Amino acid sequence: MKYETVIGLEVHVELATESKIFCSCSAHSFGAEPNSHVCPACCGMPGMLPVVNRRVVDFGMKAGMMLNCDINRVTTFDKKSYYYPDLPGAYQTTQWFAPVAVNGRVDIETSAGKKSVRIKQIHMEEDAGKLVHDISEGTTHVDFNRTSVPLIEIVSQPDLSSAEEVEAYLVRLRTLLRYAKVAECEMAHGTMRCDVNLSVRPAGSDVLGVRTEMKNMNSIEAIKRAIEFETARHIDALENGTEVLVQETRRWDDAKGKSYAMRNKETAGDYRYFPDPNVMPVVIDDAWYEAIQNSVPEFPEVKREKYIALGLTEYDAERISESIMLCECFEEASEACGNPKEVVNWITSDVMRILNAKKMTYEMLNLDNQALGKLISLTGDGKISRANSKKILSAMFDDRSIDPEAYAEANDMLIGEQNDDMILDVVKKVIEADPKSVNDFKNGKEKALMALFGKCMKELKGNCDPQQLKVILLECING
Amino acid sequence: MTISRLTIHELHELLVKKEISAVELTREHLDRIQKLDGDVKAYITVTDQLALEQAKAVDAKISAGESIGTLAGIPMAVKDNLCTKGINTTCASKMLDGFQPQYSATVVHKLQAENAILLGKANMDEFAMGSTTENSAFFATKNPWNADCVPGGSSGGSAAAVAADLAVYSLGSDTGGSIRQPASFCGIVGLKPTYGAVSRFGLIAFASSLDQIGPLAKDVTDTALILNAITGYDKQDSTSAKYDYPDYTKALTGDVKGLRIGLPKEYLGEGIDPEVEAQVRAAAAKLEELGAVVEECSLPYTRYAMPAYYLIAPAEASSNLGRYDGVRYGLRVQAKDVVDMFCDTRKQGFGAEVKRRIMLGTYALSSGYYDAYYLKALKVRNLIKQDYDQAFAKYDCLIAPTAPTTALHKGQNQDPLALYKGDICTIPSNLAGIPALSLPYGLDKNQMPIGVQLLGKAFAEPTLLQVAYALEQNTTLTRLKPNQGKGL
Repeated sequence: MKYETVIGLEVHVELATESKIFCSCSAHSFGAEPNSHVCPACCGMPGMLPVVNRRVVDFGMKAGMMLNCDINRVTTFDKKSYYYPDLPGAYQTTQWFAPVAVNGRVDIETSAGKKSVRIKQIHMEEDAGKLVHDISEGTTHVDFNRTSVPLIEIVSQPDLSSAEEVEAYLVRLRTLLRYAKVAECEMAHGTMRCDVNLSVRPAGSDVLGVRTEMKNMNSIEAIKRAIEFETARHIDALENGTEVLVQETRRWDDAKGKSYAMRNKETAGDYRYFPDPNVMPVVIDDAWYEAIQNSVPEFPEVKREKYIALGLTEYDAERISESIMLCECFEEASEACGNPKEVVNWITSDVMRILNAKKMTYEMLNLDNQALGKLISLTGDGKISRANSKKILSAMFDDRSIDPEAYAEANDMLIGEQNDDMILDVVKKVIEADPKSVNDFKNGKEKALMALFGKCMKELKGNCDPQQLKVILLECING
Repeated sequence: MTISRLTIHELHELLVKKEISAVELTREHLDRIQKLDGDVKAYITVTDQLALEQAKAVDAKISAGESIGTLAGIPMAVKDNLCTKGINTTCASKMLDGFQPQYSATVVHKLQAENAILLGKANMDEFAMGSTTENSAFFATKNPWNADCVPGGSSGGSAAAVAADLAVYSLGSDTGGSIRQPASFCGIVGLKPTYGAVSRFGLIAFASSLDQIGPLAKDVTDTALILNAITGYDKQDSTSAKYDYPDYTKALTGDVKGLRIGLPKEYLGEGIDPEVEAQVRAAAAKLEELGAVVEECSLPYTRYAMPAYYLIAPAEASSNLGRYDGVRYGLRVQAKDVVDMFCDTRKQGFGAEVKRRIMLGTYALSSGYYDAYYLKALKVRNLIKQDYDQAFAKYDCLIAPTAPTTALHKGQNQDPLALYKGDICTIPSNLAGIPALSLPYGLDKNQMPIGVQLLGKAFAEPTLLQVAYALEQNTTLTRLKPNQGKGL
């Protein structure tokens, strides 16, 4: 019999707000001392009250709009109760009854073609703390730095049917959320985590099979392997009766390449959801809604088409539109210098080379894009040599406030307007000092010209349009 | 006249005229506490050092010729569920024995800003659950009128301290009557403000949608003065109301002419002690005599308030009290693993009433029961609000008993359900979030005080104060003092 896999995902994404969801503690504690980003409120001290961080709602709404969701104009927070040492109030504040966004859609494309994945809902919630086990002492410590860091959980409908589709969906989610600048979505940092719900049924059937859930998956490769394994396990059970499938939560052991049933104790739960009386319903009025709507960026496809229309190759348009930071860099620099094709060359060569060398992702790009445009213009106009412009760009990566023209001037990199005479003086001096090379060139040794050219350029400290120098050099040699 | 008997406004005069000093006044109270509180047991913690320091600072201001606010230099007590930085805040529970918060409640800050003198932390029913103060994990408080009677609860320590002149005034909290009922039992004024009028930041939660902090005082003027200090918007409490809070003393006109007052029949009759009912009717008659228009009216959903309350309050409590797990603060009972530590800590840390309510609430919120219990209770709550909305479309104020009876004898009521019924007159206003004031109005045949309750629509505290003040000015029944022979 032929089987099909039915997969739904719950994706947790950490929102990139400055502060936590219900207090003013910094939400960025990656690598910080344990319990250095905490206050009485996020530690669940008695008498403390939550105050909703408005930016979290901004980001939640924006994420919803990116995924084509309807926004609930009255959205509420609810308590999900369970006991765990890293959960200070013995409840997690989440959205159960009226999540911020519902009924969305994410379009993906795989070798099987195009597909729309329906989004059931996006809800905002707080993260829990972390337990740190000290094996040598046999003790466990609690770190509340991560407690109350804002998350959204994106719940898809069971519309996915292969590891490839899951990968495409996750990559697409990541791109869209990064486009909206609401989240880092770095699985390796834990800022994107994924629960995979999977079942298998005979192809064409409309009855769902027994579903198992694998929680907290944190790499796309592991997710793909887990899906392959689970699918095979389910089919084996259905086909050969190797085991009886039960609805359960399973743990994926990526090293062993196997999933294991978790003990019941770890999974059973009656969360006793009810509205949190300390958090008033958030009412999103028209002004607020429109402000967020106006901040939603164009989608990658729209940008790609626009770039192709500007004359970019499909390949380049695809590469740039992969990241909102590259898009902004491209668009703003093009605006400043009026030469999109030149800008794309700079981005795909120099900018990407420096990013690579600095081990930075596209999302970490922090150039002054207008200044980049100016640098490109100055170089194009022959005011700065190509070699020097690379040095300036490198400096601009380290210091966003650098103005390329002022920097070039301060560092003797600016090529003056009427310096033909100066170049001529230098060329004459070089020729005089090296008659051998002049002769060699005249006798057909092309390399000798390059030696002379290099010497001139050195004398000029690179502040010279190479084309111009070559012309003057040839004129002098040839008399 | 003993200075400890005086009110805030009387003492303020004396302080300003330099007839007494804040230190003398504070010493007088500390002496009384030392002499009498061994019997009354109103205080869990007495902050004598701090009180004297604060008093000295006020005296320094007065000698320097600085003007002082009305509450400056006046000694008071605060219920032990209000956080006081660096001072034990126990909720009268073993769970928080010795717990010292790193922060103070907004109301405590506000009173400190007024240079109030904190005498100490008042006893209460554990986590404010109870109506006798017998549920304190430490000791029961006695009623200053009769040591065999309870002071009411849960703010029993706050009420007894004021009634026994061990504090000029106090703060309590009221989730289902916990300010008004002890005020009634102890013969003083108690006010539960409109939900949202006083910040709950730093109040250790029982049921967050019902809890409200308010004053217990010797007279209506003092009540208005305290209200002036503690009301106001607080961005740290999301349920705090943005409102143009008035000067409440302006309501103390003594004039009730033309005011429309409703006498809801559901608060009278069956289950209400005839002597209590008689005093409510007498107060209504007095108001009529003073020019108010009094009419009987009906709040038909009143009878559903108690079942709704005993679902909503325990449900919220079951969640609010989840944090006491032994991990971060308070009691921790060592055990072989973390689950046992949770269980043993909660087993040993909580008293019977707290456990009962946690279980009730956990059950009401359980999967499959939510719609039948919690959700239905919320619907009832809405109907009760509508009842009041309709009544306040016609009336400026309602008059009713505060409690069905006067103070109960100690240990008299062992049946929790019967005790819950004692909250019948106070619970509906918590569910609706409206303000309600308990005013002493005469004594019963056993010489125990009777409380009359005034209820108004949201933010109608001035109306309640206006009516209460008129009664206070026109009768001798409101400013009562315990008979020293029988009481303490």
